[in-house]
Amino acid sequence: MSASPSQGRLSALADRWLPKLVLSPTLAASLIFVYGFIAWTGWLSFTESRLMPRYDWAGLLQYQALFENERWWTAAANLGIFGSLFILFCLLVGLLMAVLLDQKIRAEGALRTIYLYPMALSFVVTGTAWKWMLNPDMGLQKVMNDLGFANFTFDWLVNPDMSIYTVVIAGVWQSSGFVMALFLAGLRGIDDSIIKAAQVDGASLPTIYRRILIPSLRPVFFSVLLILSHIAIKSFDLVMALTGGGPGTSSDVPAIFMYQFAFTRGQLGQGAASAMMMLFTIVAVLVPLMYMETRSAKRV
Amino acid sequence: MKLKSLTLAVMAATLLPAAAFAGDVEVLHWWTSGGEAKSAAELKKMMTAKGHAWKDFAVAGGGGDNAMTALKTRVVSGNPPTAAQIKGPAIQEWGAEGVLADIDAVAKAGNWDKQLPVVVSNVMKYKGKYVAAPVNVHRVNWLWVNPEAFKKAGATVPKTWPEFFAAADKLQKAGIQPVAHGGQPWQDATLFESVALGVGGADYYNKAFVKLDKATLAGPTTVKVFETMAKIKTYIDKGAAGRDWNLATAMVINGKAGMQFMGDWAKGEFTAAGKVPGKDFICTDAPGTQNAFTFNIDSMAMFQQKSPAAVKAQADLAATIMSPAFQEVFNLNKGSIPARLDTPMGKFDDCAKKSSFDMNAAAKSNKLVPSFAHKMAMPSATEGAMVDVISQFMNSSMTPAQATERLAKAGAVR
Repeated sequence: MSASPSQGRLSALADRWLPKLVLSPTLAASLIFVYGFIAWTGWLSFTESRLMPRYDWAGLLQYQALFENERWWTAAANLGIFGSLFILFCLLVGLLMAVLLDQKIRAEGALRTIYLYPMALSFVVTGTAWKWMLNPDMGLQKVMNDLGFANFTFDWLVNPDMSIYTVVIAGVWQSSGFVMALFLAGLRGIDDSIIKAAQVDGASLPTIYRRILIPSLRPVFFSVLLILSHIAIKSFDLVMALTGGGPGTSSDVPAIFMYQFAFTRGQLGQGAASAMMMLFTIVAVLVPLMYMETRSAKRV
Repeated sequence: MKLKSLTLAVMAATLLPAAAFAGDVEVLHWWTSGGEAKSAAELKKMMTAKGHAWKDFAVAGGGGDNAMTALKTRVVSGNPPTAAQIKGPAIQEWGAEGVLADIDAVAKAGNWDKQLPVVVSNVMKYKGKYVAAPVNVHRVNWLWVNPEAFKKAGATVPKTWPEFFAAADKLQKAGIQPVAHGGQPWQDATLFESVALGVGGADYYNKAFVKLDKATLAGPTTVKVFETMAKIKTYIDKGAAGRDWNLATAMVINGKAGMQFMGDWAKGEFTAAGKVPGKDFICTDAPGTQNAFTFNIDSMAMFQQKSPAAVKAQADLAATIMSPAFQEVFNLNKGSIPARLDTPMGKFDDCAKKSSFDMNAAAKSNKLVPSFAHKMAMPSATEGAMVDVISQFMNSSMTPAQATERLAKAGAVR
């Protein structure tokens, strides 16, 4: 046919521009609503904004006030405790469950669904349910006492020294099933012939896991760390529902601090400064991880 | 001369229809539950009776936090509501943003200066001009007592702190939780301010929590206040952490606990349970605060309006809020007392009558003080910092001396 050259040019043009055209609204939206607002928050953190945004430069005043605020340090320390324990236990529990499920057992599908199910709940539901279970007057402690163990106490929820650990418990319960699913997918993706070869060489099952399977899950570890660490740093709803940051401010986390200062105390500048500190924390954790990840990917 | 009066007449003729034309009133509030919603409906009824269209702008949840977020958005977009439920120093903060309307003319016509105690009218003014109208007065320094429980324990209703601790000991021996409390920051602060007023007196309270005088805050009286708090802490059960105030009130209602420190909104819980003041429950001043009065006033701040009709509607709204008829019916529903000193109290119950009488007396003897736990006394930044210290003290092993030092530091936060 005669029209083919111009048609070919048109389709080449479409090939070149269509993807860009289709992607541009998303790109524009994320540029404005993510990076634009990050920049705006950054700007606000250098102003004296109170109830509403004001744009007169105030230098590092808000950061100075933030670093002198003891509540901020409580929140930061809690994030350290919660973040590290949450990630550690999610990894351990998730990996253990994945390895156990990987043993070609019966009813694996059903078990997998059961373990993965907490992920389908929102953190608010998880937090509220655990709040009831951990409440000494009506939860676990009361059940044990009613069963005759009169000396059994489990009052972490109302104990200011231990309340942050209840957040870890609920968080691990919620997320470890998801981690398990990721690890399981990773395990299933490993070539069977490697395992067979190792078996022929006389390696025992634990050795195979320790020396071959788990090391080859390295990329999965990275993904899990990425996902878990940002869940930990931005965690707000779980803590809000479970302890409300209390008793007192003992289980405060930076996200709650930021919300209260920016929106309920009329200290927008201070809230913005704490939000920037959270951003820096995420960047400090994620950038090295992503760098390592891409480097290792290139090497392979 | 003639020409001038003619122009005036023409101007008046053109202006009058505009002034007589009814406008929309949009009121942002979070009176959405039970008696409160009934109270808000009264305002709507009175405004529609005056021929204005009422646009309800109720934003529930978060103790007004959600409403404040909605308000900020509206103000930033240049389309503020007619009025919004804003109270205390927050009125000054909004005034400083330059968005509040001057309703001094309405106030002059209604002679508000005469009808409100000076401490109250000062809160309603920004730079000497009225910008807000008070709706009600809540008294915070109440002690709610279950007389049945007291009788069982052989205790008497306390008037001083030694009497209070004697009664608490008796209650504890009788197996009754002496103090019902909810371990939420604002409740800790509510307890604290009643103790501060009782231990230190109105002068100390004014100096420390209204003028934020550093030496007073760091002084020995504050240490004594914290020592009393530490002692009260031992009479509170462990399950108090995070408990809502109305659940604590329920403990007093059903006799599980003997007393509760709480503002007069607790009365609603008692009456809703069918209890009669004076017989099934007793409202008394927190120990040591006889004749003193910590007030928490809800008010409507007026926002600048563009159209003349809206301005007229706003003036009518302000006048209606301050009218004795509204003040009476609103507060009968809500459980608080009228802000106007001259509202007839005949229909109110004994607790409200006592509250009104005490407010009048306290206003005369300079013992009428703003409640800082309810955002009436200090800038929100300072208030937040202080509440943090108090709630940390209630939930840790911090010593009274340490707490005093940190409270003084919090008092310097602006």
